[in-house]
Amino acid sequence: MNKTLPDTAMAARIDAILAQLNTVIFGKPGPIRLALACLLARGHLLVEDLPGVGKTTLAHALARTLGLQFQRIQFTSDLLPADILGVSVFSTERKRFEFHPGPVFSQLVLADEINRTTPKSQSALLEAMEEQQVTIEGTTRRLPEPFFVIATQNPQEQIGTFPLPESQMDRFLMRIHLGYPDAAAERALLRGRDRRELVEELPAQVDAPALLALQRQVTQVHVSDALLDYLQAIVAHTRRPGVYRMGLSPRAVLALLRAAQAWALVDHRDHVLPEDIQAVLPPVAGHRLHLSESPGLAPEQVTRRLIEAVPVP
Amino acid sequence: MSVAPMRLEDRLPARSGALLWVIAAIGVAIVPHLFNQPVWVVLTTVLALAWRGGVHLGRLPMPSRWILVLLTILMTGLVLGRYGTLFGRDAGVALLVLMTGLKLLETRTYRDAMLVVFLGYFVIITNFFYSQEIPAALYMLVAVFATTAALVRLNAGEGVQPARESFGLAGLMLGQAVPVMIILFLLFPRLPGPLWGMPQDSTTGVTGLSDSMSPGSISELLQSDAPAFRVSFTDEPPAPAQRYWRGPVFAHFDGRTWRAGRETEIDALPLLPDTDGMVTYTLNLEPHERRWLLALDVPVAVPPDARMTEDHYLVADRPVRRLVQYSLASRTDLILEPELSEARRRQALSLPARAAPRAQALAQAWRAQHEEDDTLIQAALRHFNEEPFFYTLSPPRLERDPVDQFLFEARAGFCEHYASAFVVLMRAAGIPARVVTGYQGGEYNRLGNYLLVRQSDAHAWAEVWLEGRGWVRVDPTAAVAPERIEQGIRIALSGDLGAPDFIRRSLDWGMVRLQWELWRDSIDYYWSGWVLAFGPERQEELLERLGLGRLDWRGMITLMVVLIGAVVLVFAAVFLWRNRLPVADPLAVVYRRFCRRLARAGLTRAPHEPPMDFARRIARERPDLAEPVAAFTREYVALRYGAGPDPERFGQLRGLLRRINP
Repeated sequence: MNKTLPDTAMAARIDAILAQLNTVIFGKPGPIRLALACLLARGHLLVEDLPGVGKTTLAHALARTLGLQFQRIQFTSDLLPADILGVSVFSTERKRFEFHPGPVFSQLVLADEINRTTPKSQSALLEAMEEQQVTIEGTTRRLPEPFFVIATQNPQEQIGTFPLPESQMDRFLMRIHLGYPDAAAERALLRGRDRRELVEELPAQVDAPALLALQRQVTQVHVSDALLDYLQAIVAHTRRPGVYRMGLSPRAVLALLRAAQAWALVDHRDHVLPEDIQAVLPPVAGHRLHLSESPGLAPEQVTRRLIEAVPVP
Repeated sequence: MSVAPMRLEDRLPARSGALLWVIAAIGVAIVPHLFNQPVWVVLTTVLALAWRGGVHLGRLPMPSRWILVLLTILMTGLVLGRYGTLFGRDAGVALLVLMTGLKLLETRTYRDAMLVVFLGYFVIITNFFYSQEIPAALYMLVAVFATTAALVRLNAGEGVQPARESFGLAGLMLGQAVPVMIILFLLFPRLPGPLWGMPQDSTTGVTGLSDSMSPGSISELLQSDAPAFRVSFTDEPPAPAQRYWRGPVFAHFDGRTWRAGRETEIDALPLLPDTDGMVTYTLNLEPHERRWLLALDVPVAVPPDARMTEDHYLVADRPVRRLVQYSLASRTDLILEPELSEARRRQALSLPARAAPRAQALAQAWRAQHEEDDTLIQAALRHFNEEPFFYTLSPPRLERDPVDQFLFEARAGFCEHYASAFVVLMRAAGIPARVVTGYQGGEYNRLGNYLLVRQSDAHAWAEVWLEGRGWVRVDPTAAVAPERIEQGIRIALSGDLGAPDFIRRSLDWGMVRLQWELWRDSIDYYWSGWVLAFGPERQEELLERLGLGRLDWRGMITLMVVLIGAVVLVFAAVFLWRNRLPVADPLAVVYRRFCRRLARAGLTRAPHEPPMDFARRIARERPDLAEPVAAFTREYVALRYGAGPDPERFGQLRGLLRRINP
């Protein structure tokens, strides 16, 4: 196909990352690709699914493959902001307060079951995500670079949870679902080695500077006027009165474009196609759009309708 | 009893600021009624507007229901007291203006505000009951603009609309309404006569010649600058001294007042073309509430819906209540009534027995000296010329016997005095005579190429019947003040009433003013000729000229609806054209051709289907086409979405397209 990425080394690196991830999580090339694109677009990822479908494995595998430090925070109802951000403790030896960084000071943070903690703790993490820095006791501390949060939540559990408000859902570039593996993938899983062991053995395919270079390359992916016409037509459609409760915000549009660029890069292209927009529209817009009528419609249906309503110029 | 003051603007959400616009627009709409209505009507309404404005700004409470009911009853009573009715033009308008103000005082919801806006449009149109002149029309346009802006404001979406945007949209809407307005104006079926027939109101303030003549009846007219009619001539206009405009002819005299005889109809006079004395022209007559039509002395043609009377003046079938336009022909060389019947001769000689004894004696003395009628008339004119008679618009009051008093004591007066006295003298001397009223002179407007005759040009002269010559015009005023006839009344009066001081002080300034008046009157002329006089006759004429023949009102309404529909379609087309998908990109054009080519083979691209997906689908459905389609699509995508256009590769793309032959 039309693989015109100038730097073949970059393309090879992306392929290696994808290949390695696919050896750990079977039968989910789509979500894996989206997760990688999300990371390359410097966005955060929300995985919404049942327990045990491989959310943690995905996060862990991503961290290993990309050579990132990894921390997992299990969100519970008694979690405090300090448990995420860190705390200053008085050192009797040195006679002064010393800051003990919390798990958030990691390159890849897995925030497990984020909807089970209180809004106060949720917003501690979400603010860190937005600003790439943490302010504790008057001191502002930068978070490591790159910084990537994968949050998970279980949509089935309702009792004792604090669902994220829409404004905070907006902080996540994408929301994806993993879903059950198909029979063949499940068979391979059953036959294969223990995932946990396997993940521990994964070698890093890129180092931090190479990853940052990939992230920079995303912004270089060419966006033509024709593509912007299409993107704006989609946005304009969501803002027509009466169809959606809220149209897509400028932040959402930027997210859509950035995600499409990353998607094109993962596909080894140096320019964005309408296909890219259509591919990233469900995970990017799904958690941001709600129809005014028939609010119960699944997000996939909503974005499907949106795609079908806007002609490609 | 009292309820906590309700937050009114809760029910006018977000758009509440628009209410101030509505209030302002109503204010603009009612201002002209200051000239037409008692001051309290407008003032009360302005107070109501101010009150509602104060409520909006949170300074005043909304009036309670009881106060509103009380105010409504009070206002209705006041209107009833002032006019004795609630119907008719003046009372109806007063009620409408007052109730619009009161409606604002109970305006709480969007729906109320919309109602007030439409009442506002109604108030604007009522101004036309009073004035249809250009300044009034321009002001109404401003009022419509303001009201439309308020309407736009009231219907703006959430958030604050910049004022410029409201005005801009209102202007755009009015602009779009212009073609519809023109179609309605040209085609809306017209009723003969004024649309708003309110006779007791419409006579007020209209001036013109009266149907009788007694001392002083014309002097009021002579002070009025208002136009009486305007004439455009087919050829050269007649000389100033020939510009006698014939109106009603008076033959009955009761010693003080002259009245017209019976309006016996006669046939039109022979036209006899190609004589030198023939003048053809078109006359725009201002409404004057009487039935006669003015014409150059002597009219020979009769316009439709009018008749020629025995005394040779034109009478319309209905009073002239709106500006009428008619084409006429007149002859200045005609012998009027060569044979005078015995009855008419008696009528033209009759004098009340006791009227003007000294005048009768004087006439009989002249008769004894002069055998010939001609020389007797000359003697009478010489009498006016040589004795100390004066021409003035402010003569002394004449009481007991106006003719004798004028001839022998006052010796000062204007046309009607001279005409009246002259006819009495002639009759006493045995010469049939009568008084003719009408206008004399007029200003020629070179800008518009027409003659403007004002009310101040009103005139009265005499006609005498002479054997073999018929009725001959004799103007005794000319014997006293020849400049009145030669140069017009303004010059004749310059020593008496006088031109305004500043004209005399600075001639240049006077010229500027004169020029401006010429301009203004030409505009008025076209306005009245083309807009106000556009009645049923001109409408018929226009339709015939457009080749549509005679349409009845059903035909006109059908045509109107069809044309308005066409206008709407044109605007819709423009709107759609402006909002169409941009097709300027030549790549998109080529791609469309590609899609059409495949669609003919049953491979239709869904509008939302992106190119690469489409190519993959074709590869699945028609493997034979997979290779050329993929090649074309790769190239197209690279050019359309890749970095930078490349004319050379654009040529290749066309080549790739030719390879696809499903």
